[in-house]
Amino acid sequence: MSGLAILIPIALLMGLCGLVFFFWAMRHDQFEDLDGAAQRILIEDEDEQP
Amino acid sequence: MNAIAPIADSQARTNISRFVVPAIRCAGCISKIENGLNGKPGILSSRVNFSTKQVAISHLPEMEEDQLRREIEALGFEAQILADNPLAEEKGSTDKLIRALAVAGFGMMNIMLLSVSVWSGAAGVTRELFHWLSALIAIPVIAYSGRPFFASAAMALRYGRTNMDVPISIGILLATGLSIHETATGGAHAYFDSAVMLLFFLLAGRVLDGMMRDRAREGIGALLKQTATGAMIVDDAGNSRWVAARDLLPEMRMMVAAGESLAADGVIESGSSSFDCSLMTGESEPQPRGKGDMALAGTLNLLSPVVVRVTATGEDTSVADIARLMDQAGQRRSFYVRIADRAARYYAPAVHSLALLAFIFWMAVGAGWHQSLLISVAVLIITCPCALGLAVPAAQVVASGALLRKGVMVKDGSALERLAEVDYALFDKTGTLTLGHPVPLNLDDLSLSQKQVALALAQASRHPVSKGIRTGLLALDIEPAALDDIRELPGQGMAATWDGVHVMLGKPEISADHLSSQLTVGTESTLLQLQDEIRPDASEAIARLAELGLPASIISGDNIGSVSAVARALSLPAQAGASPQEKVEAITRLTDSGHKVLMVGDGLNDGPALAAAHVSIAPGSASDVGQQAADAVFTSTSLMPVALSITVARRTMQIVHQNFALAIGYNILAVPLALTGMVTPLIAAIAMSLSSLIVVVNALRLNGAAK
Repeated sequence: MSGLAILIPIALLMGLCGLVFFFWAMRHDQFEDLDGAAQRILIEDEDEQP
Repeated sequence: MNAIAPIADSQARTNISRFVVPAIRCAGCISKIENGLNGKPGILSSRVNFSTKQVAISHLPEMEEDQLRREIEALGFEAQILADNPLAEEKGSTDKLIRALAVAGFGMMNIMLLSVSVWSGAAGVTRELFHWLSALIAIPVIAYSGRPFFASAAMALRYGRTNMDVPISIGILLATGLSIHETATGGAHAYFDSAVMLLFFLLAGRVLDGMMRDRAREGIGALLKQTATGAMIVDDAGNSRWVAARDLLPEMRMMVAAGESLAADGVIESGSSSFDCSLMTGESEPQPRGKGDMALAGTLNLLSPVVVRVTATGEDTSVADIARLMDQAGQRRSFYVRIADRAARYYAPAVHSLALLAFIFWMAVGAGWHQSLLISVAVLIITCPCALGLAVPAAQVVASGALLRKGVMVKDGSALERLAEVDYALFDKTGTLTLGHPVPLNLDDLSLSQKQVALALAQASRHPVSKGIRTGLLALDIEPAALDDIRELPGQGMAATWDGVHVMLGKPEISADHLSSQLTVGTESTLLQLQDEIRPDASEAIARLAELGLPASIISGDNIGSVSAVARALSLPAQAGASPQEKVEAITRLTDSGHKVLMVGDGLNDGPALAAAHVSIAPGSASDVGQQAADAVFTSTSLMPVALSITVARRTMQIVHQNFALAIGYNILAVPLALTGMVTPLIAAIAMSLSSLIVVVNALRLNGAAK
């Protein structure tokens, strides 16, 4: 029983974290341009080097 | 028009303008546009959205949209200003559904975790604790994720109707209520997992439905051309300034350059030119107009600049008249009831009476109200249209995805359902059976170097004839010649110097019957003939439609001569010279005689007919109005997608019917178990996920349907 008292809150908390993160991603338009994100990795940004 | 975003920047307010740039195809384009725009004076930042082919630019308010458009065009991309997105609100509704789905998914996983322990034999205090924990998760989750269903069910009940959401809401609420009671009294079975799982699957169906709508609409939004966002206004002193279409007033004088379209109705004050009225009236040949003639909003000035005195703007233009006619014509279609709702009409009462009968029966045999209620709730849960809710959207999403890969964008699921039912096809001519833009007929008369010069000149001009020549030459893989000193001679054409030789592409010296353009290299001149061609595979597509049981005919606003030429070529009956009103009447006649009409058209003049038909398709080159009124848009130059979408729609309905059969078959197996009181939460969970899975897998078979 004492194990459960720790494990269940941890499981719930982890699930909640995932949910909150998903909501954050939705609000910040992370899913707006999925194809673009795949393309952008191919851009050579030579002029943006520090 | 554009969203003015008050960015908390150090000093200045910034505006955000959006542009459609259809030519964004690769990572190179993204960096070219973003790097090219960023750092330009007045532009703060730019961001390309690759999926929607749009560029959002945040800029200082001093920058005009037109200026920004030219900046993008200077980078080598054609761009169109995107007005307010009228569909943004609907996109928000899908976002809400996705959030509800995420919450339901979270709840389902965690409750299932606890439920599995209970099913594995947790007893006594542990079981009670787990039931309480489940309740703690389930109640807020159901309150949040169930809103779309509760709201819709409440709405239906308020008007004395019923829909799929009524049995869903009752089932979920009863199951939750009973489970809370069970938990409080330390009972053995709580149905929290079933209730949340039900919500999850049903929301998945709704999200699929919404995503399908959004995807097609975004695509269509990206195609929408802003035909005329405004006009160059000249005042009495001769100064000119750009005025947006909505700010135009009667008596203003618009300077309309060749290749520009009109933003308002007006009378030509000076100059004479030819106007492309094909989108407005369906006339394929350019109409010559001179001083004192009317020029309508939406028509395109082809030849030379004219000054037009505005007579009507906005709501008063002939375009607006067509829009009103369209509104009326669209009324009929709003009565269409989607197949899922038709199924629910029979399903909901049947399920409710079954649950009630079960309750009465078990009461009568003396099982006690608690046991009887438990059984009737089990009946409601097991019959809840879980698979039914997924059956339709899953099939439609897969089918529309398959069609999208073939260049057909279907706006929503109801369009697919209606497409499967049609038994008569009506075609507009200009822009639908034909390509709607001039195609050069005699390019072979040119030598290679002439072609290269012609391409270089045509690329520099926005005139439709130049566009036609450019498209024709690009299809032959011609490289443009390197020209110097390219300039536009108003009303004449494009001129330049090529290796010291004077070259020109423009108005022919002798006037021809057809659209034509003259290419001059040095002293040598060649006349290029252009004509609006029939789409390459139009006759095959019409034969295919006939095989599918759809006789076709033409209804066009063009003159009898051009219409009969096309009608003969395709051996179709035709009606020429039809006004928008007459097109609607023709459809009404066919509908009254029992036909379900498919209308394929593109122009503004087809708008009302597109709205009046049972279902309608527009080509990607169609007017904004055409694309908005149509249920589906195809982007290829071929006409085959029309036949293809009907095949796919019919195939989809087959799968939907199979899915219904599967869902009902599952009920026939599961309901006796529920009625005899043998359904535990475990059995309900297994039955529910299994039936949903089968339905989705069956829908996936549609993936190859568009081959």
